[in-house]
Amino acid sequence: MNTVIYDGSFEGLLTAIFDVYEYRLKDACLTKYKDHQKNIFGNDHFTVTDPIKSARVWQGLQQRISQKAQGQVYKTYLSEIKRIENTILSYVQYVFRCATSVEYDYSDPSVLMVAETANKVAREKHRMEAFVRFQLTKDQLYYATVQPDYNVLPLIIKHFQKRYADQKWMIYDVQRRYGIFYDLSTTEFVEMIFNPETENGKNIGPCIAEEETLYQQLWQQYFSSVNIAARRNMNLHIRHMPKRYWKFLIEKRPVTDK
Amino acid sequence: MCDRIFEKLNILADAAKYDVSCASSGSHRKNESKGLGTTGNGICHAYTEDGRCVSLLKILLTNHCIYDCCYCVSRRSNDIKRAAFTIEEVVDLTIHFYRRNYIEGLFLSSGIFKNADYTMERLVRIAKKLRTEHHFNGYIHLKTIPGASDELLQEAGLYADRLSVNIEMPTENSLRLLAPDKKREDMIGPMKYLKGAILQNREEKKVYKKTPLFVPAGQSTQMVIGATPETDLQILWMADQFYKKMDLRRVYYSGYIPISNDNRLPAIGTPVPMIRENRLYQADWLLRFYGFQVNEIVSLQDPHLDMDIDPKLSWALRHLDLFPLDINKADLHLVMRVPGIGIQSAKKICDARMFKKLNWEHLKKIGIAFNRAKYFIACNGTAFQKRDLTEKQIRHQILFVGNSKYRPNFSSQLKIF
Ligand code: SF4
Repeated sequence: MNTVIYDGSFEGLLTAIFDVYEYRLKDACLTKYKDHQKNIFGNDHFTVTDPIKSARVWQGLQQRISQKAQGQVYKTYLSEIKRIENTILSYVQYVFRCATSVEYDYSDPSVLMVAETANKVAREKHRMEAFVRFQLTKDQLYYATVQPDYNVLPLIIKHFQKRYADQKWMIYDVQRRYGIFYDLSTTEFVEMIFNPETENGKNIGPCIAEEETLYQQLWQQYFSSVNIAARRNMNLHIRHMPKRYWKFLIEKRPVTDK
Repeated sequence: MCDRIFEKLNILADAAKYDVSCASSGSHRKNESKGLGTTGNGICHAYTEDGRCVSLLKILLTNHCIYDCCYCVSRRSNDIKRAAFTIEEVVDLTIHFYRRNYIEGLFLSSGIFKNADYTMERLVRIAKKLRTEHHFNGYIHLKTIPGASDELLQEAGLYADRLSVNIEMPTENSLRLLAPDKKREDMIGPMKYLKGAILQNREEKKVYKKTPLFVPAGQSTQMVIGATPETDLQILWMADQFYKKMDLRRVYYSGYIPISNDNRLPAIGTPVPMIRENRLYQADWLLRFYGFQVNEIVSLQDPHLDMDIDPKLSWALRHLDLFPLDINKADLHLVMRVPGIGIQSAKKICDARMFKKLNWEHLKKIGIAFNRAKYFIACNGTAFQKRDLTEKQIRHQILFVGNSKYRPNFSSQLKIF
């Protein structure tokens, strides 16, 4: 077995796939550098991320599968599911083996897996677009923290940048420890050094604008007023709003005093 | 703003919640000049504890009303607290909630104070202020007040994404009985006017691309069900008319929640007809997306939907002679009619079968509801699962063997099929 070790980036993954072809690595198993354990029986190959090689693989895909399917491959990568890179490798190999597009051949396990994983990631993306709750800070930044199951920040930039074009905002992934920041012209990936009081950006209480509490309370008021007790159905409620998201939702927090 | 705003919000959100429409999709307002907001596919930002989607700030401008519709909490004769927002308050709440990503936009309705036009004019003013002063491109749904003038409807159409006139009762008789002040013509009139204006706008757009948007998400309406004795046939027939003759985008069915001791209505404590409501939505879905006709779903002989099973399964059981269907050959529109196969899976099946003949394993992986579908399909590999079971046997097996999907469920917004 050949273990192919890459740096964890998408370009790295594509380069690794290039290497599999270039060095004709049999039974290749891709793995991220941080997950790599020395394997005494196998062969280790270290991939050096290379923009030219990765672009060639990507172009190859572009010629063979639709834009939608290309997006699915990227989303599958963002799922960060263990060993998902090997699914992507078999998917790419299958695509390159066939003369016509196989992206709809759901009877092939890797095609189906990519489609399903991409769906899961897309669902999480939609959840983030729904469940982000901005809080206005004293310096007029709309700030939100999230902890998505998959690494979806790169996917939500477009949506938020279009929608909130006239306000500064930041969405921070507290688990992956990076954020996306929009400064009224472009959106960038940022790493943050937080004041220790803020528990790594999770609690920004002291920094919030004066009016913020009022609107949070009004929102809580609204949320409780629209409930129809005669139709209560907590199972359905939880199915739509899984509990793991609650800590980020203003309306699910205990009501603060007015 | 002070305590009073909390009280107003409480009263006027509470009074608006019986309108079940929550959609914020179907519009395509873009944010081109760096204003605030976009509309697109419609996002549910939260869900209430009864499992309904919260996507819009849904409030009444006021719950004062000169009318006395007996099924409505805001009716004149009801002894309740009254309140009214100012125009600024509604605008302010909308903008600040929107900026925090709480909502997709505003759904504004109102009790009728003074008269129809006076009320409508205020609703239009709020929409106008949001669009022109705040460059707001989020979703705006305005309720049209029955009897409002064409000029106001025209203006409302320029600012709103969706307009709705609630027909309230499935038949004219029920309306006369329960809402003596309202005339059906006052509701149909605006619908017709808007239908015409929307069509005209569409034509103009073809010629001149910069024609301003006019109600881009179209019209919808709502019927209260279970307050009066109409059959499902009457209700679905009415809905079908709205879809076909008035070009409505959506008809909503709102199970009556008993709120009054009036003896024209079901007594307080009567359960909300939630299963019936859900079955109506499923039937509505079949009409709009699955190519069914009303008379395939309900008929004069069987004017009511089956409460135990969904209307698609019910249809299939009445037409066992059409099954089993060969999944590797049948047309897409027939595959969609198989119980347990939704539109998405049907499309996937038709895509995948071009590569190889599908067998049971493939179908399971594609994600069809196998335990239901298996009675109705044939595919590569094994023999039919149907084994000449009778309608009763299939129904029994689906209802009582294994899965719990058919235990009563209580939602109007379940993903169906
Ligand atoms: S006109 Fe509307 S608000 Fe007034 S009582 Fe009738 S349904 Fe209620």
